Amino acid sequence: MTRLARHPYTGIPRWVSALAVLAVAVVVLPLVAIVAKVDWENFTTLVTSESALDALGLSLRTSAASTLLCIVLGVPLALVLARSSFPFQRLLRSLVLLPLVLPPVVGGIALLYTFGRQGLLGATLQVLGVQVAFSTTAVILAQTFVALPFLVVSLEGALRIGGHRYEAVAATLGAPPGVVFRRVTLPLILPGLASGAVLSFARSLGEFGATLTFAGSLQGVTRTLPLEIYLQRETDPDAAVALSLVLVAVAVAVVSLAYGPGTAARRGLAQRSTPPLILERSVK
Amino acid sequence: MAAVLPAVSALLLAAGLTGCAGGAPAGMAGASTEGASGSQTLTVFAAASLKSSFTELAKTFEAQHPGTSVTLSFAGSSDLATQIGQGAPADVFASADTKNMDKVTGAGLADGSPRVFATNTLAIAVPAGNAANVTGFQDLARDGIRLVMCAKQVPCGAAAATVAGKAGVTLRPVSEENAVTDVLGKVISGEADAGLVYVTDVKSAGGKVDSISIPEADAAVNSYPIVPLAGAKDKEAAKAFVDLVTGPEGQQVLAKAGFGAGSR
Repeated sequence: MTRLARHPYTGIPRWVSALAVLAVAVVVLPLVAIVAKVDWENFTTLVTSESALDALGLSLRTSAASTLLCIVLGVPLALVLARSSFPFQRLLRSLVLLPLVLPPVVGGIALLYTFGRQGLLGATLQVLGVQVAFSTTAVILAQTFVALPFLVVSLEGALRIGGHRYEAVAATLGAPPGVVFRRVTLPLILPGLASGAVLSFARSLGEFGATLTFAGSLQGVTRTLPLEIYLQRETDPDAAVALSLVLVAVAVAVVSLAYGPGTAARRGLAQRSTPPLILERSVK
Repeated sequence: MAAVLPAVSALLLAAGLTGCAGGAPAGMAGASTEGASGSQTLTVFAAASLKSSFTELAKTFEAQHPGTSVTLSFAGSSDLATQIGQGAPADVFASADTKNMDKVTGAGLADGSPRVFATNTLAIAVPAGNAANVTGFQDLARDGIRLVMCAKQVPCGAAAATVAGKAGVTLRPVSEENAVTDVLGKVISGEADAGLVYVTDVKSAGGKVDSISIPEADAAVNSYPIVPLAGAKDKEAAKAFVDLVTGPEGQQVLAKAGFGAGSR
């Protein structure tokens, strides 16, 4: 990889470069438009209004919770998908990745008919005294639904690249699966897990359609920042633009955190030279 | 593969973060060819609640004016007003409130002054069967009633706040939606025990919701103004459409949908 980088091949046809410039414009121009539209004079007032701060706080809290949920559920799922083989595995993987390509509003409708009053689990939840719809729990569920595939994809990739030689060695040295998982697998996949978690967090932060459909919109309870932007747009476009810029800034931070120079995701697992094998306690 | 997976996820992520983008439709520029055939398009921007009535009236208009086809664009009034302000090629604008109409007239984009062609009032919608036994506006404040209404930033929410003030009831909704259709959806699906919607929404939902009328609703009557736009390609056709809506035929169709009569 590094050897190639030192002597790069630069024979790119001109028309390809021209189209590449156009591609950059497609992405960057709308962002420039937002920055140009911001009412800088009142920016601070606009983004620190009570409703805006409530929305930002709620967004950060729910995104953190859903990221945690994604890790708890996503790590085992990625392991099962990458490390074992069973019938219909390919089908299962496609199903798990479905929320990536599904319109969020469809996800919201699906969640509504799962956890809603008239939903699949609605009667059971009612007996247990749990009301999901219109609660912060609903926001977290919607975010987890759309963000989980990001974690699974990142992690499964890391697991496949890492291979299972180290685990195999640990097992032959007598480590039971639990110890192998904690002492070998987990340290190996940590960079992949980190970038997957960052992406899941970002996706949760941007969640809009499923939340609006499934959780509703109430200040401090279910109205996250994207929903606040959507509502402010009705009466106060300046506030909507200012808050949009806040989300753009968060997105930029997240992307650079996950893919910037020197980050875990960039270093990758393949280049790891020394195996993180610390097995002295388990190998008696 | 190593590079492809994160790249794809980053792309999808970006799509999720940026959400929806508005903008004027680009495909309408070709309508200026008034050649031998004489066929032309009249573009009407109308509030979402007018969908069924205006779809019917557009058919009537096309029958009365052979060679003219009517293109309808339905959305929230504030979205439509913004689009017109940004130069969207519209010939007629029908708003669900005067505030958004004022935005268009204030910018000098209207041709003449708007005419109120319909009114709408609030009603309580409950899921068919009314399991929570809601009988009047006072019930909406009862403990355990899951009420959904519009946010105060949109016309239906502002109207609800006025009515609540008049009735002396403090409402504590579980959700404040952006559009009245979202409120209706949550009542139809049974997630909400009650919702504050317009009389016309109850009608359009058919038997899927039951309705309870609100005596205090007269405190907040929503007026629907319509106006031909200054940028209309065929000013006569735009005026003719406004005349149809405000005339007896239009009023009959609107009354059937539950609208109150306009002032004309």
